Amino acid sequence: MRSALSLFLAALALLSLLHLAVPAGSAWHVSDFTIALLGKIMCYAIVAVAMDLIWGYGGILSLGHGLFFALGGYAFGMYLMRTIGLEGVYHSNLPDFMVFLDWKAYPWYWTGTEHLGWSLVLVVAVPALLAAVFGYFAFRSRIKGVYFSIITQALTYAFMLLFFRNETGFGGNNGFTDFKRILDFPITSPGMRAGLFVLSGLALAGTLLLCRALVASRFGRVLTAIRDAESRVMFLGYQPLWYKLAAWTLSAALCGIAGALYVPQVGIINPGEMSPANSIEIAIWVAVGGRATLWGPVLGAFVVNLAKSYFTVAFPDYWLFFLGFLFVMVTLFLPEGIPGVVVRIRRRLGGSS
Amino acid sequence: MRFGFAKPAPSGPVSGDAGYARPLESGTLDVSHGVILYLEDITVSFDGFKALNGLSLSIDDGELRCIIGPNGAGKTTMMDCITGKTRPDRGTAFFGQSLDLTRMREPEIAAAGIGRKFQKPTVFERHSVFDNFELALKQDKRVRATLRARVDDAARDRISTMLQRVGLAPQADRLAGTLSHGEKQWLEIGMLLMQEPRLLLLDEPVAGMTDEETERTAELFLSLAGHHSLVVVEHDMAFVASIARTVTVLHEGRVLAEGGLESVQNDPQVIEVYLGR
Repeated sequence: MRSALSLFLAALALLSLLHLAVPAGSAWHVSDFTIALLGKIMCYAIVAVAMDLIWGYGGILSLGHGLFFALGGYAFGMYLMRTIGLEGVYHSNLPDFMVFLDWKAYPWYWTGTEHLGWSLVLVVAVPALLAAVFGYFAFRSRIKGVYFSIITQALTYAFMLLFFRNETGFGGNNGFTDFKRILDFPITSPGMRAGLFVLSGLALAGTLLLCRALVASRFGRVLTAIRDAESRVMFLGYQPLWYKLAAWTLSAALCGIAGALYVPQVGIINPGEMSPANSIEIAIWVAVGGRATLWGPVLGAFVVNLAKSYFTVAFPDYWLFFLGFLFVMVTLFLPEGIPGVVVRIRRRLGGSS
Repeated sequence: MRFGFAKPAPSGPVSGDAGYARPLESGTLDVSHGVILYLEDITVSFDGFKALNGLSLSIDDGELRCIIGPNGAGKTTMMDCITGKTRPDRGTAFFGQSLDLTRMREPEIAAAGIGRKFQKPTVFERHSVFDNFELALKQDKRVRATLRARVDDAARDRISTMLQRVGLAPQADRLAGTLSHGEKQWLEIGMLLMQEPRLLLLDEPVAGMTDEETERTAELFLSLAGHHSLVVVEHDMAFVASIARTVTVLHEGRVLAEGGLESVQNDPQVIEVYLGR
């Protein structure tokens, strides 16, 4: 584990060095595109690990995790919009979409978002608070299984519709884009790209370490016990509600952090991130990578998204078909995802000896 | 009212929860009158079918009571009412003198000292036998406590004592899902005992056990009576005969007969509905 971690950190450092120090003409240069793509996928991988915590270990399938990711992205996006300053199309103190709506001032919920610190608080607090309130009522009412999944799906869909409205104050269907800088550093500079890339990698490593410590603790054993036999857990004197709620809220907060790192790297956030399909895709990364393994979902996020970035260029019309096919195949033949295949091969090789 | 809110709320796992069980029945188990469980006039209906129909029953502290009855007599529903899984439509259920079970939730009831073994053995199949016992151990069961909990030497001793007692020491590191049916029954009984309950509800504890295992179970139960109170629901009449002191016969949701095994077996009503078939 420790050697895997050092290897990962070394790779992060090497890639950013090759991006920054090697001139663009060289064969060793790592392009903007590669750095942005890997950075983006690492953000997805954080979401996948967060999803594994509640699905793989807690047995709670969320089909609305894209919402928490998008809320984190929007929270940081508000700060990014404020740093555009007077450089918008209308040279106003307000973002262009607000000028377009003929608004004269920022609405109350934008208060303080010009401060990086406050927007970082919102990045964690908004998804966590929503998850805590929603989760409390859902888990207290003992909503489980497919019913819970459907409600989370409806939740993210409802938020998508809300954010599509211009009057909501988050840019309607265009969302936020045209970011210029973070603090005083231009957002498209190689240094900023490399910085965000490394930060995403560190956040991923931190998420993995945190979740690993959690699942190895007694808390983690209770969580998996709830997954396997909730009534037994209750009759042993544990309140499943608080265990589910803790894991669920943490998972949402991690998604928020991932979303905040994602937005400056891709340069846009819009309500499409809240579409039900996005949340389902998150579940597919975890299913492909293998549930209840933590590292598997990271692998799943990379495999599916690298395939996606290839497919959407080579055969743009067939990506969704491929994704659906992949999901059906994994469900039918690889219920334990990629790690299941590894175990099977190992068993076959070791079976004769 | 003979139960009040005068005593301070316990600081155990039952506190800090809000829900339909409010207000929490506070206080500790009071068996000064020698009765540990007192059910009166309990009625439960599902879509018009009365699973329990005015059931009244009392269990003395330290007693070992067997409950028999044909299928559908309401044995499992009765356990559901005692453990908070089902709310009775009517009637009262008290644990000792002071704890109103109809107002408590499952984990609170468990923490108060009632342990339940399900008809189908319910253990954590993907945890090791050792971990199953560790989770069952009587300890602080709130989230914050479990985040930093370590299995200390005292806990390890208690777990290994229990492993010996239920004969699962050689299987300690195996996943519970790989145990035989009879071993799972023992594991579940062991988990109940780890909670140090005052009252044990055991739904068909010897189903799927070999004769030898059944015999050992009977010995275990007899050794527990006195320290714990036991309510055993069982169809295996040989097993009942080997442990029974008092037998209660349920039929159509109410008590049909009660007494020593022999007098119950000779009761003409009982013979008609159950034993005579």
